[in-house]
Amino acid sequence: MGASGYILRRLGYGVILLLGVVVLNFLLIHAAPGDPAEVIAGEMGGATQEMMDKIRADYGLDKPLIVQLGLYLGGVVTGDLGESYFFNQPVIELIGARIVPTILLVVAAQMIAITLGVGMGVLAARRPQGAWSAFVSVFSTIGYAAPVFWTGLMLIILFASMLPLFPVEGMESARFSGGPILYALDVLHHLFLPALTLGIIFLAQYARLSRASMIDVLGADYVRTARAKGLSERKVTFKHALRNAVLPIMTVAGIQFGNLISGALLVETVFNWPGMGRLAFDSVLRRDYPTLLGVLFFAALMVVVANLLTDLGYRLADPRIRTGGSRK
Amino acid sequence: MSITRRTLIATAASLALAMGLQPAAAQTPGGDLVMISTQTPRHLNPTVQSGIATAVPGTQIFASPLRMDENWQPQPYLAKSWEWADDGLSLTLHLVEGARFHDGEPITSADVAFSIETIKANHPFKTMFAPVESIETPDDLTAVIRLSQPHPALILALSGALCPIIPEHVYGDGQDVASHPANAAPVGSGPFKLESFAPGEQITLVKNEDFFIEGRPYLDRIIIRLVRDTSAALLSMEAGDADIFPFLTTSQGISRLTDADGIEVTDQGYAAVGPINWLAFNMRSGPLAEKKVRQAIGYAIDRNFVTKALMRGVSAPQRSPIVESSPFFNADIPAYDFDLDKANALLDEAGFPMQGDQRFALTVDYIPGNDEQQRNVAEYLRSALGKVGIGIEVRTSADFPTWAQRVAAGDFEMTMDSVFNWGDPVIGVHRTYLTDNIRPVIWSNTQGYSNPKVDEILAAAAVELDEAKRKALYDEFQMIVGEDLPVYWINTLPYHTAYDARLGNVPVSIWGPMQSMDEVYWTEAR
Repeated sequence: MGASGYILRRLGYGVILLLGVVVLNFLLIHAAPGDPAEVIAGEMGGATQEMMDKIRADYGLDKPLIVQLGLYLGGVVTGDLGESYFFNQPVIELIGARIVPTILLVVAAQMIAITLGVGMGVLAARRPQGAWSAFVSVFSTIGYAAPVFWTGLMLIILFASMLPLFPVEGMESARFSGGPILYALDVLHHLFLPALTLGIIFLAQYARLSRASMIDVLGADYVRTARAKGLSERKVTFKHALRNAVLPIMTVAGIQFGNLISGALLVETVFNWPGMGRLAFDSVLRRDYPTLLGVLFFAALMVVVANLLTDLGYRLADPRIRTGGSRK
Repeated sequence: MSITRRTLIATAASLALAMGLQPAAAQTPGGDLVMISTQTPRHLNPTVQSGIATAVPGTQIFASPLRMDENWQPQPYLAKSWEWADDGLSLTLHLVEGARFHDGEPITSADVAFSIETIKANHPFKTMFAPVESIETPDDLTAVIRLSQPHPALILALSGALCPIIPEHVYGDGQDVASHPANAAPVGSGPFKLESFAPGEQITLVKNEDFFIEGRPYLDRIIIRLVRDTSAALLSMEAGDADIFPFLTTSQGISRLTDADGIEVTDQGYAAVGPINWLAFNMRSGPLAEKKVRQAIGYAIDRNFVTKALMRGVSAPQRSPIVESSPFFNADIPAYDFDLDKANALLDEAGFPMQGDQRFALTVDYIPGNDEQQRNVAEYLRSALGKVGIGIEVRTSADFPTWAQRVAAGDFEMTMDSVFNWGDPVIGVHRTYLTDNIRPVIWSNTQGYSNPKVDEILAAAAVELDEAKRKALYDEFQMIVGEDLPVYWINTLPYHTAYDARLGNVPVSIWGPMQSMDEVYWTEAR
């Protein structure tokens, strides 16, 4: 199949998947106990029965569930994700203000995880029985096993409280004043700890995976041949072996994207990072259905797109896939 | 208090204000104040929304006719003076001259009338302006509030976050005020203007250069950062990233910031909020329908253990529906001092003898999210009431909506709850005890309590203009509910304000941070 046909087919699957996600999320959320009108009344410090009825009528909560689902799906198809019950603002605007911080966090974490993880794994693979290799194994096991909010709190205590190198929370300094370059530096300064926290879990996986993959590849015939040709160890490792060892990492990176987004939810909450994860968390507590559904929709969209890009990247990196498997 | 004396106080205070009260310590004009809020406002319009989250920014953006000092006395604000009619059926407000909204339009008596009508129609605290029949505006600077019955709570209802003056030319365009777009982008009347509002993230307010009090506000900006996680908020204070943290409640946070260098902590500024942590009984059926059972539970709970051990001494015991800081508090109310023998005797008398090691079992709910004030106390009840043979199952709600739905629907036996007095008993106290307020909505009379005598006393107290007589009525009310015990009051929430020691005039009036901060200043440049 040609590349364009392949992309079209994948896009079609993506749309069906997204609709499935929307319907499933809608039903799951409405199955949870709790009434958005009660939350709004709670926030208001109480309410009369008439006010409760008005809130339910305003948000269509008095209609049968199937009608609410139909109305919501109709909106989604036309690009309208509805209005937040809590903020009385279009969901698309609330998400619009938060999608960039989330992407920034997720991409930075992914970069930290891949760069450091693969680097550590490759170095460990060169001497599988060495001390460094043992360290990588232990570090990655701890990094993977530690809950993300714990890692975040530990990093805050170490690098924001005991050793005040980084800010505790937020994406920018409250008192910030300065030009765009200083602003970018300020954001990077705030980004470091949350991105590292989120990156550490995935770093562990990449380190283990690349270590195993490299040990495998370094034992292959063509590597022995390359060494026999007299190539330096550096060239053998990074030019010949790594290129092949990186393929499984690409696959995992694509699959992990969804996990990264769900990890971001916790990291954003710990670091008060103004992203979609925190909005999702708060929306659950507020029974703000439209906002929560909107965030989940965008999260699903990001995962679908990330997987599509991974597959395309894989096709570019591995000619065997591009040609439809010439070795069969 | 006589009418003449009231007018005198008002005039004297307005003179003092006109002369410009000079702060005691050296002040540096300007500077930013970074404030932490752990609560997220839905929007910034307090006319249609109660609660701390909206009240704090709302009172900076909007001015009210009056404001309260730390001694429960009204002070001039948008109204430079006011007087009651002899029959107590109307109150005339005289507005300051030259006051303008943030868009430059003059603030007139018509805006005052519009604001009060909007609050009456939309605010959850219906009792604030229920007796208001009409508001006359004989000229631009005079508003006459006409009442169907005397309404002594009106003065308090005209202060702080309860009565923000909003512009009729913005909100009177026919749209529903509860969901008006201007709620997120308000044109205000107060000392600070909205610069930006990122819902759930940050509110930035800037000085209103055209504020009607000359030379105020002192600060250039107030930046309210919404930080849900208390640990992050505490670290921000310690790091100096934030300057003031009002409504701090955790004992650990209070002691940590009390010990921190350069940070002061005060419990002043929360007298009118009157936040009470209590155990509510569903009195409709079962053992809890028996007064003696409720009283026995009262005797079996050790308030001192709760406040001293569970809350590490930062909370004060509370034994009345009215907080001790209120002028209406009655110190003679039955205290139910910890006494297991009395508790056992009452349970026996009520016809619930010990069978094996238990008399009967009950469930207790609690509001999730504030473990120290709610869950830990519920857990303590399990052992405390177990000692008198009441088996307790602590029922967890996954989140606030789950709890709210259970309590509103009456699907509970006992629940921990936190309810505010909101200054005048008419506003925050009556709602829990009136028979006609038994409704399927949280923070109403969800206990199902009904005592005609209480209804009668509260109705009389609501219209009694003589303060001494009013106090006597509330004294009697407290004695009756203290005997009936529809809820068992445990402690006041330990609200504290932590602030940078270089700040001057930190808000300590009865409304505290829920009143204008135009007087707050830095003693050193920041």
